Amino acid sequence: MSGDRDLAIIGVGMHPWGKWGRNFVEYGVVAAQAALADARVEWRDIQFVAGADTMRNGYPGYVAGATFAQALGWQGAQVSSSYAACASGVTALSSARAQILSGMADVAMVIGADTTPKGFLAPNKGERGDDPDWLRFRLLGATNPTYFALYARRRMDLYGASREDFARVKVKNARHGLENPYARYRKASTVEDVVTSPLVADPLSLLDICATSDGAAAMIVTSMEWAKAHNYTDAIRIRGISTTTPSYPNPVIEMPNFATDSAAGLGGPAAVGFKDSIALRAFEEAGIGPSDLSCAEVYDLSTALELDWYEHIGLCERGEAEGLLRSGATELGGRIPVNPSGGLACFGEAVPAQAIAQVCELTWQLRGTATGRQVEGAKAGLSINQGLFGHGSCVIVTR
Amino acid sequence: MSRVPAIEGWFTDDEAAPHLIGTRGLESGSYFFPPSLAVSANPNAPFEDRESVQLSRTGTLWSYTTNHYAPPEPSVQQTPYTVCAVELDAEKMVILGPLATGADALQLKVGMQMELVIGPLFSDEAGEHTMYQWAPLRDPESAAQ
Repeated sequence: MSGDRDLAIIGVGMHPWGKWGRNFVEYGVVAAQAALADARVEWRDIQFVAGADTMRNGYPGYVAGATFAQALGWQGAQVSSSYAACASGVTALSSARAQILSGMADVAMVIGADTTPKGFLAPNKGERGDDPDWLRFRLLGATNPTYFALYARRRMDLYGASREDFARVKVKNARHGLENPYARYRKASTVEDVVTSPLVADPLSLLDICATSDGAAAMIVTSMEWAKAHNYTDAIRIRGISTTTPSYPNPVIEMPNFATDSAAGLGGPAAVGFKDSIALRAFEEAGIGPSDLSCAEVYDLSTALELDWYEHIGLCERGEAEGLLRSGATELGGRIPVNPSGGLACFGEAVPAQAIAQVCELTWQLRGTATGRQVEGAKAGLSINQGLFGHGSCVIVTR
Repeated sequence: MSRVPAIEGWFTDDEAAPHLIGTRGLESGSYFFPPSLAVSANPNAPFEDRESVQLSRTGTLWSYTTNHYAPPEPSVQQTPYTVCAVELDAEKMVILGPLATGADALQLKVGMQMELVIGPLFSDEAGEHTMYQWAPLRDPESAAQ
């Protein structure tokens, strides 16, 4: 061990997002092959496979690490499989980091893929009266967009946000993704397109809410020592990884819960809200702050959620996100472009692959090879999201 | 038609002044809802005993949304339907519930006072399945009870 707690990203690869309807393993193999080629290593060189699980594809999805290791040909690598809903990809990356920093492995593959059904994400089948995820659908009809809409409505009633503000997020991201070869939707949108699309959960319309997609992403990570010894002089550096859980009491209603924590009693209100704490941990590890970022990939499950993230990652104060968006700062060419990939607006969500895809995009941005969507001179990037049941997910990378 | 709660033990089926049933930690003084799911604990007293308590039946509207797309199974809601998030003052927690049957979603505004009522969720051969609901507070007198 050199004492260097960073990781090197030496290769990334993706299968294009879409609604392809094939087995998720096929997509994963394509992404793995691309990442290995990009890294200039062989499959047999991979010592640790960290799979991000999918819950919708049967047993192979629950044991994704082994599923991909088998699909690529058993070669005796160590393996892990991680499930943390939308945060699964970064939980897998965190597992790979633990292996590498403890000296148990030098070269690891982090991989996730999904095949999603049409329409709303739904709970697992069967009468499950003790599962909050099942009960929220049964008793409330509370879909994921229901929760997104509760947050969006807060922005309107507290900060004076408008549906047009939310629509501008979609317009921006649609423009960013126009030339991204991995994006599912490559079509410009107007504010009018968004606000006239069918209402899903007021105030959010169909075009405010991300679709569910098929897709796969993979990356090859190594210790900094190994990367240097093998002449990967321009490897991208992972400086921070956060898999933070909330601090009690979390005052925000989170999927799939019926209630927040109670701020009455011992402990009082938490000093830092959950979404703030996710980024904070990664910034602390990385030793940099929001003003050092060149770009960010944030989870725009809805347009309004992207605005929430501006505040939670410290790009602006609470209630100022609409102003930051309107100023053009978060567009390509602005001070801090957000979702240069086009974000979930252009991709749709392939749950276990998405957080890995965010880091793939940051890698291309920092290498300067994000054709048609390049953030000029990008030196540092942050990706962030949050998984159901309180899984934080944030990665900070630098050149 | 007979009335059965859509979920056992989450609310009192007292039509005049129904309450949500939660629990309160004996050491922490924190409240928890729902009572039957082990969803949360106060980390300052993670193993404390809890007593069953009736929660405040009024609160402040934290947010709300009207849903226009048919939700997937096992949902039983007919569109459009509205979900409210209401913050209870004493318990300092936000609780989700359906908007009361017949209430006008267009009159909702973040910050307004709401109260708990009981209404129908769906009906089948077993009878009418009831659920707690949030309604705009009409009679300040009833809030005091």
